[in-house]
Parts: sequence; structure tokens; C-alpha cells
Amino acid sequence: MTQPLPMAGTPANANVNLAGLVKNDYRGNPSTLCQGCGHNSISNQIISAMYELNIVPEKVIKFSGIGCSSKSPTYFLNRSFGFNSLHGRMPSIATGALFGDVTLKGIGVSGDGDSASIGMGQFKHIMRRNVDMVYIIENNGVYGLTKGQFSATAEKGLNLKKQGANQYMPVDICMEALASHATFVARSFAGNPKQVKELIKAAMAHNGIAILDIISPCVTFNNQDNAYHSYAWGKDHEEPLHDITYIAPRNEIILEQEMQEGEIREVAMHDGSVVILKNLDKDYNPTDRFEAMHVLAEAQQNNWLVTGLLYIETGKPSLADTYNLVDTPLNRLEEVDLRPAPAMIDKVNALMF
Amino acid sequence: MNKVVNDFSIIVGTKNGSGSSTANNTILRAIFKMGIPVSGKNLFPSNIQGLPTWYTIRVNKDGFIARREEQEIVIAMNPDSFARDLASVAPGGAFFYSDDIKQPITRADIAIYPMPVKQLVRSDPNVPSDYRDLVGNMVYVGVLAQMIGMDLATIEAALTFHFKGKQKPIDMNLNAVRAGAKGAKANLEKKDAFYLEAMNKTEGLIMADGNTAAAIGSIFGGVQFAAWYPITPASSLAEALNDYLPTLRKRDDGKHTYAVLQAEDELAAIGMAIGAGWSGLRSMTSTSGPGLSLMTEFAGLAYYAEVPVVVWDVQRIGPSTGLPTRTAQGDLTFTNFMGHGDSEAIILLPGDVSECFEFGWKAFDVAERVQTPVFVLSDLDMGMNQWMSKPFEYPNVPMDRGKILWEKDLEELKGNWGRYFDKDEDGITYRTFPGNSHPMSSYFTRGTGHDENARYTEDSNMWLKNMDRLRKKYKSARKYVPAPILKSTPGATVGIIGYGSTEAAILEAMQQLETQHGIKADFLRVRALPFTDEVTEFINKYDQVFVVEMNRDGQMNQILTIEYPQRAPHFKSVAYGDGMPASAKWVREGILAKYVAPVKSNGNGKSSLKAKSVAVKMVTPAREKITSKTGKPLAKKTSKKK
Repeated sequence: MTQPLPMAGTPANANVNLAGLVKNDYRGNPSTLCQGCGHNSISNQIISAMYELNIVPEKVIKFSGIGCSSKSPTYFLNRSFGFNSLHGRMPSIATGALFGDVTLKGIGVSGDGDSASIGMGQFKHIMRRNVDMVYIIENNGVYGLTKGQFSATAEKGLNLKKQGANQYMPVDICMEALASHATFVARSFAGNPKQVKELIKAAMAHNGIAILDIISPCVTFNNQDNAYHSYAWGKDHEEPLHDITYIAPRNEIILEQEMQEGEIREVAMHDGSVVILKNLDKDYNPTDRFEAMHVLAEAQQNNWLVTGLLYIETGKPSLADTYNLVDTPLNRLEEVDLRPAPAMIDKVNALMF
Repeated sequence: MNKVVNDFSIIVGTKNGSGSSTANNTILRAIFKMGIPVSGKNLFPSNIQGLPTWYTIRVNKDGFIARREEQEIVIAMNPDSFARDLASVAPGGAFFYSDDIKQPITRADIAIYPMPVKQLVRSDPNVPSDYRDLVGNMVYVGVLAQMIGMDLATIEAALTFHFKGKQKPIDMNLNAVRAGAKGAKANLEKKDAFYLEAMNKTEGLIMADGNTAAAIGSIFGGVQFAAWYPITPASSLAEALNDYLPTLRKRDDGKHTYAVLQAEDELAAIGMAIGAGWSGLRSMTSTSGPGLSLMTEFAGLAYYAEVPVVVWDVQRIGPSTGLPTRTAQGDLTFTNFMGHGDSEAIILLPGDVSECFEFGWKAFDVAERVQTPVFVLSDLDMGMNQWMSKPFEYPNVPMDRGKILWEKDLEELKGNWGRYFDKDEDGITYRTFPGNSHPMSSYFTRGTGHDENARYTEDSNMWLKNMDRLRKKYKSARKYVPAPILKSTPGATVGIIGYGSTEAAILEAMQQLETQHGIKADFLRVRALPFTDEVTEFINKYDQVFVVEMNRDGQMNQILTIEYPQRAPHFKSVAYGDGMPASAKWVREGILAKYVAPVKSNGNGKSSLKAKSVAVKMVTPAREKITSKTGKPLAKKTSKKK
């Protein structure tokens, strides 16, 4: 980690984190999204999570595609580099960009149109590759920026103004993620900000791709009480698998009360942090991919919004790990490291006929 | 019978997937090793096994190695193409065939040489049965060697190279060659005029294919990231990166300074390459026409957001899936205008294998200096065939990373900079990379309207300012792209413009035009867009400028017309696109079809009216100060060309 940079004028005992930064250092520009938009809530949790994690903003790269959700990286982490790319193509940009300096962490914000329609192909393949980044899908069942068409995650039978009724079965982003061997799959809800924040922290600690499918209601185009992606429906039908608490590395685990054996699970993360999962209803095992798929299928059949850490697999190498790169970030290498020496030209000519 | 030495074409007809390419490359390399100028081209089908395939070899003592439509020597190994192969022998030529093919031979005007291929192969106990077809092709190498005078030592050298010194396969194949030669010596009587005789015209040259050269050139250019998707005829470029990077960028600690990734499609390949270019890596992809079409949207983003990336397009004939195994120069206008909205593209046009190497490294310098995509347009003929070439030369300039600001640079500026701020007034701004720890280093990249600090804006004036700067930047790229190559003929009255791999055919056509028709031409081989001053000078000099290219619509002609509208009446398009590499014949005939002879004055010394008007027209180019597209007078030719 780089040296913490104390901001000028910061009082000695203000809310300064271990990186020497205040919460403002993690903010972005004011949001231009609609009042009450779920994406704003998620942006706030990203800011809080980064501040609480003591991340240095210069060590994070932001990515997005195109859409309302993809505008949101402007509203957090102004000090981080960002690339707002093309519709459905965030994965390829992120995959290439992260090779520039593999000590940086990527955080991508996409939408259900961006990742489950036009971007479905790239979405599946970035998971196969286990690119080390946090991949958030702000999932509202519609295309907001183009004013209210169905997206691929809209439930069958949903009625939207000027669109009629959706006749197609929805794409389940978490199911797609599990099928593509993603190593961290979680679903959450903008109406449950604490869970969102803890999941973001866990995702940042994960080495590999962390898929966060966050239901993020579109108050302008898809917030009717009976719609799957609305605040009302979400609050009424949410069934969290567990309570999630993220514990930073080397911090003491302090639990609120005596836990019975079997009531909590501890997931050790790659960087030494721990994610505590306190079971709510039954004992849910997030390391079993088929159980995760089963829970998702059940939720779909029984009409509930299952949230929490559905699946996690630690210990699988990320894409960068498999390349055995030098320690110096690739974008800081000099000519001597990159251009073969003059003697090599004779060698090469000798290899030709 | 008069001997015809070192001046003929050979075509070999075989079944695709039968291992004939080893035999054919052996013939090519052996002739090269005898010091005789030679070219070889695979005319192969879009098929893995079974369909007919041909290999055409041109031998020419004067170095004219373009393809010819006729061939004097034909080797027929495939019953499926036998009749066609027999019909294709030039009168007075030689027809070699595998004697297990029992089809009628009806010609009396050629030498006929049956070859007991299967018999010879079966009689060698060292050839396992599953190798018989492969080794059988070596029999025709041996017969040919005996009948036209190929040096067996050079054949052995070619086999040693191909099998990387492994004695067992070398011996197995060499034995078949010897058996073929021995059998021919005993049983065949030379009845044709064609011979090879050693010369010394290939001294110091190497043989390589353009895709390998491009890959190795890219490595000498310090390539750090490549993403690609397989497509004929570009796949071997990326595969060559995989072959040569481990050797050329080997480190004692075994770690890597590069990453090559096979993407899920071309959209992802270009996206990854642009992401890597954005975060500060020398980054590339390689593809062909259909893949390039898919890359259009991303190309526009890279142009507008000013991200360097190198894109190799090894052209094949289109449109659409086209003929995947046939060559063309058909992607020029598409690349030039690629993307919706107003944009421009820097295009490099290598003309031979050594330029594939050179542009392999130069492209990165141009891309990073100008901060924009650079498209290198090669073609199937150049990329996939083995060519004689000058040896590769080590880059003669250090890597140009362009305008980059790291932490200490930002300290010096006290954090005061803007990603799209034209500080130096050449249109090219400064950039920073993720990982830069200076708190003022970051910025947000987007394809939407932005101000000089990369902040989102919809302001029309700012939009206009940025677009104007992009155009200014493109013009300044003229300083960095390769200049054209001029081949002058004393007394030239017309000009020829060409690009890429048509040079061999054009040079041969020029010789024929001069000796057979008295037409002398200067030839300018364009090597880049934007056009540099040399192109402007050239097109102003002649009343007739023939623009030669392998496509239907005359794409270079179209671009020249847009760039130099006042000279458009003088441009004459010689465009032909059937998927075959250019031949001197179609270049010559294309020029003759449009050539207008200068009008002579009539007997009494006074010019006719018609002659007068022509004379006026011809005087004008010398006197009139022709300007470039902007209407401004041409600047004097200045800076060095890299």
C-alpha cells in the first residue's frame, strides 16, 4: 500500500481511516440519476465500504458499460481511474486494462441490459477467466436510460407502460454466474444497504471475480408494488440466507452473542479477512454450487427474493495469477525489459530459412 | 531444343491435407538455396482435408516473382483435379503425374512424365503405412529434381530445416526423394526445355512468411498484450507470437512481461486490446475482414477517447465470408472510414515480408505517439506464403512511448494538467495510467462528449473544439508514418500508384510496358495513410496516374480522389479482385486499357486544336500550385521519415 495522504485542513481527530483519508476522499460527483434510484443507494454503499476498508482510491480502477447504472462510477471514487466503455463490453475492457497493473483492483458497475442482454457473451467469459474484479449488476428489469423497455431479467408477465406484457422467461443472473463457474456469487437488494455494504467488502477481499447481482429498483419505470424489481416487492419477499459481517484482516472477531455451533460459518478470504455468515432460517452452505443453484430455482418457483452470499470458492487462481507476471507493474516496464537485445536479431534471422 | 533456364512456373495439384505442403515448401526452399529468385503461393481451399489444392511456384532469373496465369510445368497428384491440371499445362510444357491415376491423356503438345509414386513408396520398408501418402509427395520432388536439375544438397538442407534437424524424418523423406530421382533417371527421357541452374541472386536473403515477420516485429516493438480470435488468414500471426515470445522475452526468473489471450470473439479481442492500451501497455490484435467489421464500434471508441492500439488486418477477399482462403486489398476504404460519425484512421501498408517485420514495431511507436488506433493492412498472399526477404533489421530508433505523465511529472506540474488539453498545440495531449499514485493523476475515460479534463459535457462548443483537435492530430500524424517508396524510370511519362504486395506484379508490368509498348512509368508504392507530401508531389507530376490494386471498386483510387479532387480526372483505376494474387499480365492489360497516348502535332508543324488543348492541360500541372484538400498551399517537405 502507498503512503497515506492526509488531506490539507483535516482535523487530527476527524473521521480519518487507516489510509489517512476521510469519507469525502471516496466520493464522486453529485448523482444525476433520479431521486430514489436504487443505483444511488449502491453508490453510497460503495463509498462507505471503500472508506471502511481503508482502500487507497488510486489502487482501484472503475469500469462500466452503458446505461443508467453505468453512469454511476462518476458518482463515487473520483480519485480512481475510470473507463465507461461500450454497451455490453465492460468485461473485455476490464480484462485488458487490469493487466496494466495487476496490483490494482477492478470494480465494475453494469446493468441487467448491459450484462444479460447485449453483454451476455462477454459476461459469461469473464467469469470463466476469473478476472480479479468486483462485478456489480444493478438489476432493475428495465432499460432506464432509453426510457423503459423490458430487459432480459424482467419477469414473465410484467406490464410496462407502452410495452405491454413481457412474454419471455427472465434471465437469472446468479444462475448464469454459477453455470459459468464464477467463484463468488451474491444477490442483494438496494433496500438492504447494510447487506450490500458487507457484500461489497467481501467482494473486494476476494481474489477472482465477485458477481453481485443487486436488485436496484427503477423508481421511474419499474417500481409498481407487484413488480419483482420494486422496493415494495423486494421488502415483502426478501429471504436473506444469512446475516453477513465482514471482518478486516487481523481484526478480532467480536460476535454480538454466544453462537451455537452450526449457527455461523466463517469464510476465510484470500487476504486474511473473514466473512461471518450467521444463518437465519436453515444452515446454508455457500461452498456448494449445486445447493446454490437449487436455492435459486426454489426461489424462482416460490416467488421469493433470496439474498446473501450464494456461492464462494476461494483458492482458485485469478486470470493474472495464471500468467506468472513480473512484480513490476507491466505499464511501468522500460524498453530494456520489453525490446529484445540487438544480438537477438541475428538469432531470429538464423531461425528463418 | 533450346534450353529455357530459370524462367518458368510450376504448379502442383494435390489433395488438401495430404502433406504436400512439406514437399512444396521443400521445392521452394531448394530453388532458393540454389540462388535462384523464386516465389511460392498456396492456392488452397477452405477445407481441412480432401478438396483439391494447388501450389504455384515462379522461377525467374531477373527476380520477377509475381504469379503468372500460365505454367509450363504441372505436377498432378490428385485424380479429382487431373483433367483440369492436364489442360492447364502451357504448350511445350511438362506434365508429371502419379501413375496410379488412370485418366486419359489427350495432349500431344507437351512432355508427359508418369511417376510410379505409390510403387516406390510401398517398396521402402522404412515407411510406415500411415506415412505413405506424406512421403509419396517426396517422390515428385525427386522426379522433378532429376528432370529439371534441382540440387539434391539443397533439398536436403530444406528438409533439415523443416524437420528441425531430426534425422529420422529427414532420412525417410530424403530416401523418397532419392528413389524418385533414381527412378526418373532410369526411366524418363527429358523432352521439355525447362531447367534450373544455380545462380547467386539470393545471397544474404532469408525466407519467411509475413505473419511470422509481423509477430516477430511486434515482439521487437515491445508488445505487452495481445488478444485475438482465430480467423483465416490471420491466426498464424497470433500463434507466432505464442511461438516466439517465450524465446525472445525470456528472463532468468522465468516470469513474463507480456500476456497473450485468445478471446471469445473479435469484439472481446479488440476490447481487451483497447483496455490494455488504455492502461499503458503496447497492445495489439490481429484479424481479417469479417473480424474487423466486428471491431468497428470499439475502433470508434479508441479514436474518440484517444487510446492507442495496433490492429493487423490480414486481408482476404470479401464482402461477407467471401473466399476465406483468397487474397485481396479490399478493406482499405472500410478501415479508412471505420465507425459512425466523423473519424479517421492511421493505416500502414507493408509491401513485403521485411516491412511486415518493420511495421510490426513501428506501428506501436505511431499508435502511442499519436494516441490512436493504427491499422496495419497486410494480405493473405503476403501473410501466409514463404517469401524471399531482406533479413530483419533491428529497430533503428528507441521505442517512442509518446506523451506520458508519471508521478514525478505531475509533481513538476503541481498536478496541473488535463487529459485532453492541447498543451503543445499539435493536437496530441498527455495521458496517465492507472496505478499512478499521484492524487491528480486519475481521469474518467468515456466515449461521450468530454471537456479538456475528461469530464462529461454536452456543451456544443467543447464538442467542436475536441473534434477539431482530433482532426489536427490526424494531420500531424503525417510526421510519424512511413513515407512511400519511389521507383523511377528515366523519361517516365506516366505514374503508377500501388500498395502492399502488388509490387512484384507492377515492376514486371512496368518492364513489359517499356520494352513492348514504349511506355515508361514511375511507380510510387504508398505505405501509409494519411498521405505524406511525397504522394502529393507524385500525383501532381503526371497526366495519367494509374492506381493499381486488388479489389473491385478501386478503393485507393477513391481515397486519392477525395484527398486530391482537382487531380481526379488524371487518376485511372486499375482494379481487379478475383481473389488471386496480382499478375503482371492483369496490371499491364489494365493499364493499357486506360492508357491514352500523347497526341502528336500534324505534318505542317502547327498543332491541331486538339493537340493544343491537350498541351495546355499538360502544362498546367507544372505551373499550377496544387494544394492539398484543405486548400492551403503545401508546406515544404521537412522532417525525417522514420
